[in-house]
Amino acid sequence: MTSRKKFDVWMVITLLIFASYLLFLAYPLFTLLIKSFVDGTTGDFSLAYFEKFFSKKYYLNALVNSIKVTVGVTVLSVLIAGPLAYIMSTVKIKGGKWIQILILISSMSAPFIGAYSWILLLGRNGVITNFVSKVFGIAMPDIYGFTGILLVLTLQLSPLVFMYVSGALKNVDHSLIEAAESMNYTGLRKMWKVLVPLVTPTILAGALLVFMRALADFGTPMLIGEGYKTIPVLIFTEFISEVGGDDGFAAAISVLVVLFATSVFLLQKYISNRKSFTMSALNPIEPKKANGLWNFVAHACVYVYTAIALMPQLYVMYTSFLKTSGRIFVPGYSFDSYRSAFSKIGDSIYNTFVLAAISIVIIVFVAVLIAYITVKRKGAIANVLDVFTMFPYIVPGSILGIALLVTFNQKPLVLSGTIFIIIAAFVIRRLPYTIRSSAAVLHQVNDSIEEASISLGASSMRTFFKITLPMMITGVVAGAILSWISIITELSTSIILYTGNTKTMTVAIYTEVIRGNYGVAAALSTILTIITVLSLLLFFKLSGKKEITM
Amino acid sequence: MSVTISFRDVVKKYGATKVIPELSLDIKQGEFFTLLGPSGCGKTTLLRMIAGFNSIEDGTIQFNERVINQVAPGKRNIGMVFQNYAIFPHLTVKGNVAFGLQNRKNNKDDIHRKVEDILKVVQIEEYKDRMPKNLSGGQQQRVALARAIVIRPDVLLMDEPLSNLDAKLRVEMRNAIKDIQREVGITTVYVTHDQEEAMAVSDRIAVMKSGIIQHVGTPQEIYQRPANIFVATFIGRTNIIDGTITYASGKYSVSFGAGYQESIQGINEHAMGIHGNAPIKISVRPEEFYIAEDQQGLRAKIVSSVFLGLNTHYYVDLETGPRIEITQESTTDQILQPGTTVWLKANMAKANVYDEQGEVNYTGSVRS
Repeated sequence: MTSRKKFDVWMVITLLIFASYLLFLAYPLFTLLIKSFVDGTTGDFSLAYFEKFFSKKYYLNALVNSIKVTVGVTVLSVLIAGPLAYIMSTVKIKGGKWIQILILISSMSAPFIGAYSWILLLGRNGVITNFVSKVFGIAMPDIYGFTGILLVLTLQLSPLVFMYVSGALKNVDHSLIEAAESMNYTGLRKMWKVLVPLVTPTILAGALLVFMRALADFGTPMLIGEGYKTIPVLIFTEFISEVGGDDGFAAAISVLVVLFATSVFLLQKYISNRKSFTMSALNPIEPKKANGLWNFVAHACVYVYTAIALMPQLYVMYTSFLKTSGRIFVPGYSFDSYRSAFSKIGDSIYNTFVLAAISIVIIVFVAVLIAYITVKRKGAIANVLDVFTMFPYIVPGSILGIALLVTFNQKPLVLSGTIFIIIAAFVIRRLPYTIRSSAAVLHQVNDSIEEASISLGASSMRTFFKITLPMMITGVVAGAILSWISIITELSTSIILYTGNTKTMTVAIYTEVIRGNYGVAAALSTILTIITVLSLLLFFKLSGKKEITM
Repeated sequence: MSVTISFRDVVKKYGATKVIPELSLDIKQGEFFTLLGPSGCGKTTLLRMIAGFNSIEDGTIQFNERVINQVAPGKRNIGMVFQNYAIFPHLTVKGNVAFGLQNRKNNKDDIHRKVEDILKVVQIEEYKDRMPKNLSGGQQQRVALARAIVIRPDVLLMDEPLSNLDAKLRVEMRNAIKDIQREVGITTVYVTHDQEEAMAVSDRIAVMKSGIIQHVGTPQEIYQRPANIFVATFIGRTNIIDGTITYASGKYSVSFGAGYQESIQGINEHAMGIHGNAPIKISVRPEEFYIAEDQQGLRAKIVSSVFLGLNTHYYVDLETGPRIEITQESTTDQILQPGTTVWLKANMAKANVYDEQGEVNYTGSVRS
């Protein structure tokens, strides 16, 4: 067996994938690292970029702002979504199934659409702002800056914690609760001593995901932050800015961000490894009908949260049907916005579909192979591949975009401005969804199934295509839909890599919002949301689940 | 068609540890051969070496004259039945059974005919279009068996195929497996840890421990003349009592202590190595003790009893110290009460006598 294993088809495939990761992930990140330590004009080793960053208050401020936003969003998400998940798991809420789907939908849309919608609602000239000041004569607090970012990102990201914790609570055996009660642990004491420790590893995992997303988010602070600069905004402006744009400095900040994210990631892994345990419930906690005040409070919490989370989406949809005159909304309804959306930037819809479709084909192909290699063909290279697939988790999209751009804008491989570079970025960033979902199914497939096939005379390729692949197909499709949704709603990489031919819908929406073309932006957002929702519903139908693991 | 399997000094290593050291064994053509032993004894490892899923570090395994060490699993022409059946869940019963034939470039009519035939043999033809998830455990087992034998393998390998079934189905299936094996006549290697199952199905059994074969023989040989104390205690139940063997005027007798002595026939002096007296271990199965009405023999006190219908089991403390188990056919009389004193004698024709370490059987002409 050992002698045959040394050089088979799978080894070749593993090496090919490994080489692609080296080329499109390791090499660009390494280039970025080098750039940050090299003086842009002389080409000598220099720490000047780092000195610049740490010596100017302006830059340090961005760092402090980023940390404030990220920590704030993470803490708020856990505080809101944790109890919410507890309520939904223990109290029977009317329409609970639908609420869960709605919460998921609200989290799957592009965050900056939420930001721009909240400006329409609570901004200086917002609907609610005007309404409150007219009716009550009260001025609403300022939505711009820290408050706005916190609001938008918390609403956007708390569903992740909600999903994680709901999932964990499903695995808590009800008899654990009863055991606690039999030992006279009741009410809050029971929750604190039994439930909270049981779901802590899950809360940490969810919190980490929120932390990474909040740290990397670019669109939200860009739109609603106004003067409040965070690190992704800083990197973007340093890199893109037409006057005095500085690759090296952007690279240096990127290196700092990746270092910071990696340490947080490792810290979380360290803590949760020490606290983790596996549970599977024979009789899970079932939501029960509550009575009286608690029932009312539970319903109120869930409904209010869902309404607030969905409000921006719904309001954007509403405004897309408003009549416009130039850039201003005027009374009455029309399809004007859709008309001009299609005529002016219809290309972006086409681009989004083409880019996403090509990426998904590659993702499915590569993810299936990687999942198979990492689950069934363990070895040194497979382990490194496994680590590579974690990278998109810690490297923010805008930084990956910059890394690819500075690497592939020179010979021998010039890709900048082509669709290849965007596809490469999409594939690397969104592979993990499909890999994880495929691997999860593959873990359930017993090794002896493959051995049975081989003992019956099938080759290893025939075994893979006839036996293994059909068995993992549900996981592959479910993962591919998630990858698909996250590609069509992604902004931070495409905003860096796009050119006239590769402008995607999110980039188009973003630029229309910046230009103040709210009608067109709303129409495009609505189209995007509808595609997202349809894809999600397909996902639920295919996977038979009402939850998503990321 | 069916082949002999010969193992010559076969070695299996995991890293530096030898899990199977220099094992040699011959399995006859068409034989139903069972590897029996406690978990971790290396029986599944050995089976997977025959299948080709485990490498062979040294020595050779041959099918007839052909050394198969470096032959890929798919080219060894084996049929394998896995512990969890490993039925392909996305294929119908027919699809599962036809899979191996399709890999062998048979034409469609041929495949169809062979599949129909084998489904009749294993008696699941009425389920041929069902998906595996709609089958019971026993039916899945039959699919796995049909899939393995339809390709007319040289060797049929079965890895604890009945361990996932409930007790009643296990008995039914082991009879079915035995009948089907006899009908198709394929050399079969069967792995199990269940000694009763092994005895029920096998032509011959190899009892294994720590990668070493302790005893190879027919079920009867293994039960009645176990090669060593490990085999004696692993197959069925037995009592091991310290004693001595003495030689006087051309006859051997065995002393159980406390003055109880029995003469014994058929002592193998060659195995014993000495001609005279020696300390020994005596193995007497519970049913080979009988209660002596003449109040001679080993004095013992009843500790507890278990009534099991056909037989009644007693735990008794011997006068000489050890607690042993005896089995008596149940009578209509009252069960002996704890505290009652009884006298026991052993049926020496069926008892076995071992050296002090329990490694060598002095009784009869057994070899390990």
